[in-house]
Amino acid sequence: MNKKMDKFWNRKRKTCFVIGVAGAYLILVLAAGLWMSPERYGVDYNAKFTAPCLAHPFGTDQMGRDMFFRSVKGLSNSILIGILASSVSSFIALVFGVTAAIKGGKADGFVNWCVDVCMGIPHLVLLILISFMMGRGGKGVMTAVALTHWPELTRLVRAEVLQIRSAPYVKASYRMGKTRFQAAKEHMIPQVLPVYLIGVVLLFPHAIMHEAAITFLGFGFSAEVPAIGVILSESMKHIATGKWWMAVFPGLMLLLAVVLFDLIGENLKRLLHPNSGNE
Amino acid sequence: MEERQSNPVLQVKDLSISFSMYDQGMAKHDLEVIHQLSLTVRRGEILAVAGSSGSGKSLLAHGILGILPKNAKMEGEMAFCGQKLEPSLLENLRGKEIAFIPQSVEYLDPLMKVGKQVIGRGKKSERIRRQEKMKQVFERYHLEPSAADLYPYQLSGGMARRVLIAGAVLDQPKLMIADEPTPGLQEELARETIQNFRELAEAGCGVLLITHDIDLAMELADRIAVFYGGTILEIAPVEDFSAEGANLRHPYSRAFLQALPQNEFCPIKGSQPYAGNLPKGCLFADRCPYRREGCQEEMEMRALRGGEVRCRYAE
Amino acid sequence: MKGFLRTFLRMITLLAAVSILSFLLLAKSPVDPLTAYVGASSTMSEEAKEEIAEYWGLNDPPLERFLTWAGNTLRGDFGTSIVYKQPVLTVIRERFQYSFVLMITAWICSGLLGFILGILAAVYQDSILDKTIKTICLIFQSAPTFWVGLLMLSIFAVNLGWFPIGLAAPMGKTAAEVTLGERVHHLILPAITLSILGIGKITLYTRQKLLEILNSEFILYARARGESTWQIVRRHGIKNIAIPAVTVQFASFSELFGGIALAESVFSYPGIGSAVTEAGLGGDVPLLLGIAIFSAVFVFAGNLTANILYGVIDPRIREGISHE
Repeated sequence: MNKKMDKFWNRKRKTCFVIGVAGAYLILVLAAGLWMSPERYGVDYNAKFTAPCLAHPFGTDQMGRDMFFRSVKGLSNSILIGILASSVSSFIALVFGVTAAIKGGKADGFVNWCVDVCMGIPHLVLLILISFMMGRGGKGVMTAVALTHWPELTRLVRAEVLQIRSAPYVKASYRMGKTRFQAAKEHMIPQVLPVYLIGVVLLFPHAIMHEAAITFLGFGFSAEVPAIGVILSESMKHIATGKWWMAVFPGLMLLLAVVLFDLIGENLKRLLHPNSGNE
Repeated sequence: MEERQSNPVLQVKDLSISFSMYDQGMAKHDLEVIHQLSLTVRRGEILAVAGSSGSGKSLLAHGILGILPKNAKMEGEMAFCGQKLEPSLLENLRGKEIAFIPQSVEYLDPLMKVGKQVIGRGKKSERIRRQEKMKQVFERYHLEPSAADLYPYQLSGGMARRVLIAGAVLDQPKLMIADEPTPGLQEELARETIQNFRELAEAGCGVLLITHDIDLAMELADRIAVFYGGTILEIAPVEDFSAEGANLRHPYSRAFLQALPQNEFCPIKGSQPYAGNLPKGCLFADRCPYRREGCQEEMEMRALRGGEVRCRYAE
Repeated sequence: MKGFLRTFLRMITLLAAVSILSFLLLAKSPVDPLTAYVGASSTMSEEAKEEIAEYWGLNDPPLERFLTWAGNTLRGDFGTSIVYKQPVLTVIRERFQYSFVLMITAWICSGLLGFILGILAAVYQDSILDKTIKTICLIFQSAPTFWVGLLMLSIFAVNLGWFPIGLAAPMGKTAAEVTLGERVHHLILPAITLSILGIGKITLYTRQKLLEILNSEFILYARARGESTWQIVRRHGIKNIAIPAVTVQFASFSELFGGIALAESVFSYPGIGSAVTEAGLGGDVPLLLGIAIFSAVFVFAGNLTANILYGVIDPRIREGISHE
């Protein structure tokens, strides 16, 4: 790359570009899934177990359903669940984190204890328990994934609020007669919001992976729903007979989505805290 | 005096150190912290580099030792005992002929007993030989032999300082570089440290002392280099710094002395320029009461009355 | 000692909370344990069902059921597994033996390899090697464990035929007939799958920590004293990053347990991970409760070990503990 290009592709531009491309891809998948006609991945017994070809780039499954469209639809569902999980979990995290940091004392102890309890059980076991409580199925997965992703973000928000609350300039602004609300508006929100937003974005990959995992184990969506977990779980039955494409491509799409969400999160981090990434 | 002058241990010529940094807009740019710096340390003398804290003096030490961080770029020439100081040569000299005394106990590995750190690396036989030597050196600096088995956090401030000096003198270096050796030490300990340095110089070692403490420099050094804005404005024998600096060459050196509490305590207007926005020509020009036309132009170090000065009009 | 006591007390409250939480979640479930036990299309008479319900205390109010269960649990009686028709503790013990071998193999492999890769990446920071290691780690971290398992199966078991397709031993052999070689042969693929899950985190963490250490002042001093990069890494680096790395590795027990549930399902490996899935799918409440508590103890043991190890290696903390 010559010098002029180097100047144009400075870090900021590169970072924005990565975020833009990754975001566009994920929105595209989401939209494609939402407006996809179910016929696209309909049953066609004439085309059972077709290996990848032009008509079916990802091949077809035991009922002749097109794996490409099923995967896109499945991933789209996964992203929807990711959005749901992120909004619920991040809301819990915000309330818990801010309360713990501002009230302190018993409230703080309680929140920390809740975080410890929630993190004390392996995440997957907790997901299974909640899904079991909800009688399994789609509702179970959604509840489980939405309700279990708050502990880490809670810690993050709590730490951030605590740090800013004790910062000299915030203390000074109290002394200058600013109300709590004003101080919050002027210092807390601008400082905590970026950390929080990055945390929310970084929740996505976890939520999507956990949804797929628990569905794969059989606790989530029923077999008719196109979900990545269901698809991969079905592929397991046919892998011994060499139907590799049924596992490879849907998994690759899932991996790509997870990597991209991670990438967006990390790049946002770099954009909002330029100094932290000064390697 | 004659012998000293003919025996330079370290010669530094036009040394510049810059860092590549990312600014807020995340564009890359170079930041020059040391600028065209030249100095010479002779055998058996103590040369103090004095300047205000945070002005990049430590980087000078790190630059000479070749231990700057990766994103630093260094230009200029250095010679050790007349030999050009290439990175490969420096690697062999570091820790043997050239010793370093860091600022504080923070420079010791917190998880390693200090004895092991003083002895340093090397083959087993070499380490045993050095262990014997360490015992002698510890005795010389009034350290109990058992101090070797302590961890850095268990040392008192004075002990830590003596351990660091012990580590530096173990190999009888020809050049000693000490970075702020006295802050945080009580009067008595500081005095003891100064005494240690004097002994080293007497033994023929060249000492480069980097400090923000002009009093210390005046008490200890043979010559003082005045550090300002990333370069050296004047190097003068310590005698010139007495009598409120009447014999000094550079306007800044005089103003600096007069600003001291024990003198007239009259502050210099303005503030020191820092890396990134250095003026052209003389770095002190915008604050100098004797500023003239030619001060905007590039300025070289020149010899004057037994010292050196970076000022066109000094007499 | 005070520190240990506090940790111990915290463990008790956590375990109690986990038990109550698990019990509540399972008690609220619409999955009827009785139906799960006798099967939906059972021809069992109503009286017989009633008898079982009475025996299990299913007709009692939840609080009473919890107290009964908690009392039994405290006495070491976790009840009987519905799916396996054996005492829960027996099931856990048998299954965990298999899982333990798998976990410890993967745990050590990922730990050692991750540590070495992390050091390499940090020493050669920004080189191609570093970038490659970082990229691979990011991908490994994002790769769903069960998918990695499926790929392993597809490539190494189905296509290449190097490894068996599943289980912990050849089919049809009794436990006594299985050789050590056969066990290892069955262990390799699931162990690699599990290692891939864990290696990214430990590598990136080691790299990050070593970079921090290499930028610290005492490394500057070591360099000033003539130590070369590798001497520095050996003398100062490893000791300073070993504690945090081991801590992270022990603190990863939670993910390890999740990973084992997925890996064992893919490889039909008869460990505790596939047991929890089967218990969940089969409505086996006693087993599910038992494993939930067991897994919490497991995670806690990991964290506790990490804390203790921290003290053993770091002299500052070691002193702190002995003074208390």
